[in-house]
Amino acid sequence: MRRHPVAQMVIVGAIASAIGIVIALVIDWFPADAAEQAGPIDTLYDVLMIVSVPVFVLVTTVTLFAVWRFRMRPGQENEDGPPIHGNTRLEVIWTAVPAILLVSLCSYAYAVLVDIEEKHDDQLVVHVTGQQFAWRYRYPQPGGRAIETTALVLPKDRPVLFKVHAEDVIHDFWVPAFRVKIDAVPGITTEVRATPTKLGRYPVVCAELCGLGHAVMRSSVRVVTPAAYDRWLQEQTAPAGGEATGGATAGGEGEAGGGGGADLAALGRETFVSNCGSCHTLADAGTSGAAGPDLTTALRGQDEATLREDIVAPDARITEGYQAGVMPDNFAETLSAEQIDGLVAYLASVSR
Amino acid sequence: MTAKLRAPGWYRSGLFLLLGIAFSWVLVGVGRLAMDYPNAWTDGEAITTVSLIAAPLFFLVGLGCFDYWFYWASGRPTRAEDHSSHGAESWKDYFRVNTDHKVIGIQYICTSFFFMFVGGLIAMLMRAELAQPGMQFVDTATFNGLFSVHAALLIFLFVIPIFAGIANYVLPLMIGAPDMAFPRLNALSFWLLPVAGVMLSASFFAPGGAFASGWTAYAPLSTEMPLGQVFFTVGVQFAGAASIATALNFLVTIITMRAPGMSFFRMPLLVWANFATSLLVVIATPFIAASQFFVLLDRALGFNFFDAFVGAGKDGSVLMYQHVFWFYSHPAVYIMMLPGFGIISEIISVKARKPIFGYRMMAFSLLAIVVLGFTVWAHHMFVSGMHAWIRVPMMITTAIIAVPTGIKIFSWLATMWRGVLRLDTPMLFALGFLTTFTLGGISGVMLAMIPFDIYVSDTYFIVAHIHYVLFGGSMLTIFAGIYYWFPKMTGRMYDERLGKIHFWATFVFFNVTFAPMHLLGLDGMPRRVADYAEQYATLNLLVTIASFMLGLSMLVFLYNMVASWRGGPRAAANPWRALTLEWQVSSPPPIFNFDAVPTVVGGPYEYGVPGAVHGIFQSPAEAKPTTAGSVATSPTRE
Repeated sequence: MRRHPVAQMVIVGAIASAIGIVIALVIDWFPADAAEQAGPIDTLYDVLMIVSVPVFVLVTTVTLFAVWRFRMRPGQENEDGPPIHGNTRLEVIWTAVPAILLVSLCSYAYAVLVDIEEKHDDQLVVHVTGQQFAWRYRYPQPGGRAIETTALVLPKDRPVLFKVHAEDVIHDFWVPAFRVKIDAVPGITTEVRATPTKLGRYPVVCAELCGLGHAVMRSSVRVVTPAAYDRWLQEQTAPAGGEATGGATAGGEGEAGGGGGADLAALGRETFVSNCGSCHTLADAGTSGAAGPDLTTALRGQDEATLREDIVAPDARITEGYQAGVMPDNFAETLSAEQIDGLVAYLASVSR
Repeated sequence: MTAKLRAPGWYRSGLFLLLGIAFSWVLVGVGRLAMDYPNAWTDGEAITTVSLIAAPLFFLVGLGCFDYWFYWASGRPTRAEDHSSHGAESWKDYFRVNTDHKVIGIQYICTSFFFMFVGGLIAMLMRAELAQPGMQFVDTATFNGLFSVHAALLIFLFVIPIFAGIANYVLPLMIGAPDMAFPRLNALSFWLLPVAGVMLSASFFAPGGAFASGWTAYAPLSTEMPLGQVFFTVGVQFAGAASIATALNFLVTIITMRAPGMSFFRMPLLVWANFATSLLVVIATPFIAASQFFVLLDRALGFNFFDAFVGAGKDGSVLMYQHVFWFYSHPAVYIMMLPGFGIISEIISVKARKPIFGYRMMAFSLLAIVVLGFTVWAHHMFVSGMHAWIRVPMMITTAIIAVPTGIKIFSWLATMWRGVLRLDTPMLFALGFLTTFTLGGISGVMLAMIPFDIYVSDTYFIVAHIHYVLFGGSMLTIFAGIYYWFPKMTGRMYDERLGKIHFWATFVFFNVTFAPMHLLGLDGMPRRVADYAEQYATLNLLVTIASFMLGLSMLVFLYNMVASWRGGPRAAANPWRALTLEWQVSSPPPIFNFDAVPTVVGGPYEYGVPGAVHGIFQSPAEAKPTTAGSVATSPTRE
């Protein structure tokens, strides 16, 4: 039994579309989701796939059917097709239907956009600063000094407004698990919102080409319970209290010895974990960054002056296999003098 | 020797090139002395920057691009009518300033393919590095240079100019003209092209390496790059100037030089497509020129366009660069696609032996794309931090521009329906284009949706999308067009079997190379990275292997072209039984195209209409009683 070719095509197309849509919905396309914004965006993607698959199937099916049914067979070398010049009704349909479909998709996408960018009153404001090639974060504190850190820690279920700045060139602050990103642009402050919903550690990626170290400008965000977040905040403010003791040895050019040295090294370890660990592995600090040299071995036998230079002028000496210009060269400005003293003391203690 | 140095040609151009460098050196030296700057005569960076602008112009003067105009301007006798610079008798004629549009077309095509192979090899180096996580072959500075040069070469030295080349050859023939409107301008715009190509490729030898800020060259990264960046900034100006001059030439040629009887609605769609493209080029290309001049001024002379550190008292605007850049570079996507649409219309109608379905809508949809194409640029900037409201109108226009594109795709499908399909190489590429370009179009509509774009922007999803549009779209139409007009251009037939092998290898490995990139992007892999997280290793290895196979398939094409051009069987004047005018003259056509001026008496695609002709080689007065009557009664659209 031979059916009309259009009927055959509709059946084959419907089956292929159904299979395609099922496959598209079954496959897990995205990485882990950890924010409220992920849900609507992932659903939008599913809807786009449900609409897209039949369009692709339509074009492919007609093409394959035309090849199968209408290809030139031996003896037809001089034959032409029928001189059909057009069909106004058909042309109106394939102009109007896609137009309506696209405007509907836009309306839906707009609704999703409004949803994911909704403002909240109880939002937590975190300032993010991109520089070649690391992220820094600033947590403004009510009535107090803002907390500066290179570790991003967020409480679960609290809406966060990231205010994003750039120090040198354009970067892009992206947490794939949150599904949202925004460029960090010199001269202006950009904003992006996310509400973390799942505990865990997720990658933070720079998505805009920013130079040599762009590929390694990766770190992570930790989503913790509100209680753990408060504890973390307090730990961050604590070193400020210990500043008085650290300050006493600050002028000593790293000659810290005896009892003060232990404090200094503790401050240094803390500074290392939050500022250096996302790029450097160091067994003692328990960090596992891979962008820069593994300091567990690379620092063997270096004296304190060399260590200090490694921190404040990183391009003076480059470990073999690594490049100049990747490590930020402004730690002298972004870290306090006692933090650097601490780092030197700490690194000297672990590299012996 | 003196005679050789005085006559236009390679010797004189070499001499002038040296003169140009000397001129730049003196200019920089005198300027710096006057300003009391240090190292007046030894500042290599300043000398190189000025040389990059001045030396190519000296070179072009030496080559003879400006001879006629200089003779005319100085009141000396010009060599107007001897046609000594017209046509090619040996291969050497392709290496000089030539005013024959057919020679220029071939020059364009060969130059573009040369740079395609360079750009393709660069892509393979990149894929080799990306085969595994970690760094194996190159350092990140080189890697950033590789993808930047890859994109710049394939956009500015391959896709855009090769369409200009194909149209250069075919378009005057199609409209029944003896040449382009401005043959000397045509020659000049071709010779600007190798200059741009050499400059972009040579940036690898600049101290500090090639320009490494991507083909988008976003400021302020680009204004802070080493010297290699200037090679891009200036190189793009030469490619852009070539593009603008050619587009003007096409516009004037199409408007003023059509054969008698060829109304706008009797023009083949390839002509329509190039008309639309040329409008885009003329309006949009000055914007990329401006954006790169801004970068050059910022970088070389310390201007303040993009230096935005408010704290340091700087008030430049970083976002302005992106607006100006994309106001060209989004229309550029259509500059790289519309001529391909024209090629596909020709091939599908001829190979399906049916009139193109909905001719007028096909022409109007091109114009709709031109107009809408200027209203969508900021969809590249949904995450750039621009004003949030701009995103919404840009999303709507971006989605709507899929409507005219859809009209074209559906019309091609309807053209094939009930036809008699010849499935030879050009048609296979056309069919392959239909399916892969549809995928690229679909992912384009997905990317228009702001929330989804916020997620996948700057990821491998974008890399996949752009390659489905520019490789699965433009590149396949280029191959289709090259095979289709190969007999006309060379007078030889290509090897059909090798052509089919080329198609299937390209089609399969193209998809295996670029389809997995969608998955990588959705899974969170950012683009333009030399190194990536462990979780993306498997798919990247697959992509790398497929890309090498894709590269190998190009060798089949190269061999087929070279061998067939040298020793393929002679081609008949009209091997495809096509109606358009270029097939009504010998293969290759006579030096001035038509021995008698053709008269157009019907539409270009009247396949299946008994006795239909598009053009006849008689004067309109003679033609009327004999042929025109039979066509007038045939069921045309009018």
